[in-house]
Amino acid sequence: MFDYIARRILYAIPILIGVNLITFALFFVVNTPDDMARMQLGIKHVTPEAIEKWKSDKGYDKPLFFNQQKENLGNKLTETIFFEKSVAMFLFEFGRADDGRDIAEEMKSRMLPSLAIAVPVFFLGLISYVSFALLMVFFRATYIDFWGMVLCVALMSISGLFYIISGQFLLGKLWRLVPISGYGDGLDVSKFLVLPVIIGILSSAGANIRWYRTIFLEEMNKDYVRTARAKGLAEYLVLFKHVLKNAMIPIMTGAIAVVPLLFMGSLLIESFFGVPGLGSYTIDAINSQDFAIVRSMVFLGSMLYIIGLILTDISYTLVDPRIRLI
Amino acid sequence: MSISCLFLLTSCELNVWNNPYSEKDAQKNALYSVFSERPKHLDPVQSYSSSEIQFTAQIYEPPLQYHYLKRPFTLIPATAKELPAIQYLDKNGNLISGESVDEIAYSVYQITIVPGILYQPHPAFAKDESDQWLYHQLSEQEIAKASKPADFPRTGTRELVAEDYVYQIKRLAHPRLHSPIFELMADYIIGLREYATLLKQVDSQTMHNHHLDLRKYSLDGLEVVDDYTYRIKIKGKYPQFAYWLAMPFFAPIPWEADLFYSQPGLIQKNLTLDWFPVGTGPYMLTENNPNLRMVLEKNPNFHEERYPVDGMPGDEEKGLLVDANKKLPLIDKVIFTREKENIPRWNKFLQGYYDAAGIGSDSFDQAVQLTGQGEAMVTQEMAEQGIRLETTVAVSTYYMGFNMLNPIVGDGGSRAKEREAARKLRQAISIAVDYEEFISIFANGRGLVAHGPIAPGIIGYRDGKEGVNPIVYDWIDGQAKRKPIEAAKKLLEEAGYPNGINQETGSPLVLYYDVTARSADDKSKLDWMRKQFQKLNIQLVVRSTDYNRFQDKIRKGNAQIFEWGWNADYPDAENFLFLLYGPQRKVGNSGENAANYDNGEYNQFFERMKNMDDSPERQRLIDRMVEILRYDAPWLWGYHPKDFGLYHAWYQNVKPNRISNNTLKYFKIDGDTRQNKQREWNTPVVGPVLIFFVLLVVGGIPAIVAFRRREKSTAILGYIDMKRVNNNV
Repeated sequence: MFDYIARRILYAIPILIGVNLITFALFFVVNTPDDMARMQLGIKHVTPEAIEKWKSDKGYDKPLFFNQQKENLGNKLTETIFFEKSVAMFLFEFGRADDGRDIAEEMKSRMLPSLAIAVPVFFLGLISYVSFALLMVFFRATYIDFWGMVLCVALMSISGLFYIISGQFLLGKLWRLVPISGYGDGLDVSKFLVLPVIIGILSSAGANIRWYRTIFLEEMNKDYVRTARAKGLAEYLVLFKHVLKNAMIPIMTGAIAVVPLLFMGSLLIESFFGVPGLGSYTIDAINSQDFAIVRSMVFLGSMLYIIGLILTDISYTLVDPRIRLI
Repeated sequence: MSISCLFLLTSCELNVWNNPYSEKDAQKNALYSVFSERPKHLDPVQSYSSSEIQFTAQIYEPPLQYHYLKRPFTLIPATAKELPAIQYLDKNGNLISGESVDEIAYSVYQITIVPGILYQPHPAFAKDESDQWLYHQLSEQEIAKASKPADFPRTGTRELVAEDYVYQIKRLAHPRLHSPIFELMADYIIGLREYATLLKQVDSQTMHNHHLDLRKYSLDGLEVVDDYTYRIKIKGKYPQFAYWLAMPFFAPIPWEADLFYSQPGLIQKNLTLDWFPVGTGPYMLTENNPNLRMVLEKNPNFHEERYPVDGMPGDEEKGLLVDANKKLPLIDKVIFTREKENIPRWNKFLQGYYDAAGIGSDSFDQAVQLTGQGEAMVTQEMAEQGIRLETTVAVSTYYMGFNMLNPIVGDGGSRAKEREAARKLRQAISIAVDYEEFISIFANGRGLVAHGPIAPGIIGYRDGKEGVNPIVYDWIDGQAKRKPIEAAKKLLEEAGYPNGINQETGSPLVLYYDVTARSADDKSKLDWMRKQFQKLNIQLVVRSTDYNRFQDKIRKGNAQIFEWGWNADYPDAENFLFLLYGPQRKVGNSGENAANYDNGEYNQFFERMKNMDDSPERQRLIDRMVEILRYDAPWLWGYHPKDFGLYHAWYQNVKPNRISNNTLKYFKIDGDTRQNKQREWNTPVVGPVLIFFVLLVVGGIPAIVAFRRREKSTAILGYIDMKRVNNNV
């Protein structure tokens, strides 16, 4: 298994370089270093000299990929914006944002608020989606199953933004049960989490419950279910003990892969609820054309996704002893 | 469930559940404000945008400030004893009169500050018992423990001296800082450009990020006369320089703070002067989390300053002089919460958790109604909540510009006849585009039609009949009436485009309108604009692009018609009229003249006007310049936006404006009223939640019954169920 993991980690390096290269190319197609300088220096009184000074200070005064002015090939490739800005990231040195703040420090401080919402949404969501899906399977072909499906389709059809706005309107404004938005310290944070967590769970409920229901229904036709019933097991035991266990591989595939990505936060929820997480950090960086942050977040996102996929593979061996990672 | 329990535990004591503030923030004498855009810089040498100055202006004190109540805006001393004494010198250094403008080679501003002003408490000033600096050479352990200045156990202070002002002006040229006004000031302050070159050389020879002690390097144009007096020597006569002295760019920076924050370990932890300001102002930044909230608290060392005792007619009736002569600041703490979206911001204002709010277009009808005379007032619903409306015309202008290098709409034609035709075309379009309608439809009436580039409230602005643009308006029955469309059609015909057809080629006139990438919401604005041109049978082609490409087009002169805007830096006509000064052209000169307008006569007048003190003669010159502009019509003058702000009844002493930013110290809060209203407006409504749970239980009963029946059923029933499922699936 360790050979397999080591191989996967080595495979990740060219993937990360590729992702970095594509991000870099796409970003600089839209924004030249001059554009970035203008964005940072503001609209008024921006002279060409000020732009040159900014570029020189931030290291954007070099060629993008190939430095013609250098003599040997090594320097031609290394003394470029791409090389200088990319290599350090593999050592987790993300550098400074255009406003001068250290990106790694900023990420550290923003990770917790993102997790404060993403972790409960993930775990409570997973438990409730699986439970509801099993219930619907239990009541399959009854009015509960039928109306449950109708409800799921309705939930899927509504935009995420609608959940946020109507949630804020009902629970925050009309019934005044929770703060409309905000974030706090210590225990105080709990009152700010209720609404985003409910909305986070609800907005994905329709699709997830239907997906898990389909998985469970497929399992219901298997021989071992018939055997369990023949043994005289109660139906709820058949479902929660046997069917759930055997349906773990597709559940794991969907769930474990996204666990590391929980650090990245939610763009929309964080923005609307004023949560200072990594999601809103990314959005702010895109709006202010801060390439240093965008590049770091894309790198972090791809790295976490790769970790998620490796963890998924490992988790298969835990839920199904027949699987070997070689 | 556990989250709900925690939430109830933390909320119950307040009797309201939706209070977004913790108990420690629930101070009576605190102002709850909001910011949407995170500040990028809080170093006064770098910060320029309104999102930054709302903080820096409360912390840093330049020598001058604007009178809070007087209009037009009037400069008064802040830390200075009096307004600067200005001496004028000829090229040989002899003293001459300020009226001999042509002979003036230099102006010397002498500023004397009030003795005894102290800085806010800060670790940069802390000394031990043997008078040694405590935190100027921090160990790794000390740095590891610190995440904000308050983490250092000891603080100190010291008296403000003239050297601190000089130090800050030198920082404009700092090689590692990017001051937006460096290039502008380098044209005026003697030796500033050379100083930047010197510092760059010195910096390149020292270690990266090493502290650059500017006290060691003198600057020709700056002189410290004594502890409380300093002089600034500038080129020629530049009366507007006094306005710059009221901006945080010219606020003092103590060398101790610069040295303290230059320690590499602190920079690594985002502990920099750019994020943790050190000033003498009424407030100090005690919490700096630009992602969530910024907190300003009263500076315990703030010097003696009193609320103004005089204002404008009507100020007393509005209650703006109730606190006359009271010691400032009136509020102890200001909590700025970051709120990026309009909907939560607006709702929290209505719940009483923000003390003031702007009005978005989606909430305008809920908040404001217009009387028969067009006067804006709050709706019944708002009035019942005690909310009041304050309006002010912003010292800004939004205009539509013609690229004067273009041969169709500008002066780009080779023959005088072509240029004359282009002028008439511009005049025709000026009449056709109905900005009264635009303001009514798209700005909810929040704007004033512009008759020239100068915004109201600015020295040089003309109101009433004298201020009317005769090219576009007629003065009828004491009111400006837009000329009929026939007048525009006539001008168009004279320009060689009868009914929008080029009489030489017979082809329809097509013009190009460059705008930045638009959302779906802006489509109606563009459609409206097309219709305005359609009145003259001109086809308007919209060329939408992203902001970077748009700027690029303007810089290269590739746009034909575009829209732009300007917020004044200071309340003087020069700050608007320079936008059309030839040498300020975008193309070739990288200036601020986006239309690339270049009229010799206008340029000459501008050069005279900008060096003159306010006088009737200067006003005459401004009038003549505006007259030239109206005739040439390089812009469609557009409109000056009106700021509408809503304020709760407990928020007092508010006189909004966009020029003076250090206004927090004048505001007052009636904390008792706010607390009562918050309780009254935010009683939780638990009924619907209880009903929901009851329905859930009731709805669950048949399910439980079905569950029990199924569990007790025989195997054959289960088999039949399976068959049904298989058929359905």
